Amino acid sequence: MQYPPSINIVRVPCTGKVDVLHILRAFEKGADGVCVIGCLEGECHFNKGNIMARRRVVQAQSVLDTVGIGGQRAQMFNLSSSEAPQFVKYAQEITAKIKEMGPNPIKLAKSRAA
Amino acid sequence: MIVAEKKPIEEIIECLKDRKSVLVLGCNECVTVCEAGGKKEVGVLASALRMHSLNQGQEVRIDEVTLERQCDHEYLEEIRDVIDQYDAVVSLACGVGVQFMAETYGQTEILPGVNTCFMGATEKRGLWTERCQGCGQCVLAVTGGICPVARCAKRLFNGPCGGSTSGKCEISKEVDCAWQLIVDRLKALGRLDEFENLFPIKDWSTDRAGGPRKVVREDVQQ
Repeated sequence: MQYPPSINIVRVPCTGKVDVLHILRAFEKGADGVCVIGCLEGECHFNKGNIMARRRVVQAQSVLDTVGIGGQRAQMFNLSSSEAPQFVKYAQEITAKIKEMGPNPIKLAKSRAA
Repeated sequence: MIVAEKKPIEEIIECLKDRKSVLVLGCNECVTVCEAGGKKEVGVLASALRMHSLNQGQEVRIDEVTLERQCDHEYLEEIRDVIDQYDAVVSLACGVGVQFMAETYGQTEILPGVNTCFMGATEKRGLWTERCQGCGQCVLAVTGGICPVARCAKRLFNGPCGGSTSGKCEISKEVDCAWQLIVDRLKALGRLDEFENLFPIKDWSTDRAGGPRKVVREDVQQ
């Protein structure tokens, strides 16, 4: 199975470790999209890390919409660690969505200013 | 503690138009507890402001500092050496902190980043409710620990009004009738007979209604 090469994986012990600032700073530095992939709801090994992650992704989406980057660039998916085909599907889905939205507007603004 | 709410980011962006160098200044006390102006909120706001300015193709310097609190001179001094580098400071402290900053650093524009709401407590995470209005003459000993100034919509002192229904205030079904709470509390304390005692006319001169106030303690002044 293969997933799109434009995806850069950052491993965390639980999506509960992902902070709002991690998501926002990725966009500050030019990321076109951020995808948080966590365990199925109700099956978090650390109880509810994935639930908290979803709330943080929602908060990040709101901030991104406000500043004109686009909240849809940050998404969260849930799957089980044994569901490799599902991971490939989500990876392809997010890649297609980001391609449709275009690059991070910050990158475009920087290149216009240069 | 003082409870505040974050201002909408759009409002802050509008205030910061044309500024090239901004300091986002948080406070580690009340606004941290009510999740409006602590280190985390400073980080999120600063990131949002950076992304907004980058999106406009502008180079704006946005720095982040969180002080222990902004209502004491000793903590405000911590940024004395750097404040001149900024066109504006967005202070996420309560109204007290914003004003104290403005008095201390009169040459720098100090802008508020939160809306200060009231003196209250955390009922549960995400829910803060008003408990005190600083009337200056605390009567909680008489009312079993429930404040008729802060919690009664009419600030009554001698029992409920005719609008009290099923323990709720007539202004909203979600607001408890303070006097119902007081009666229930006095009953639980075995002091219901005290309910009949008439409260004399309150001296409101120590309330905000009497003008801006101060507290002086000559015994501790240096």
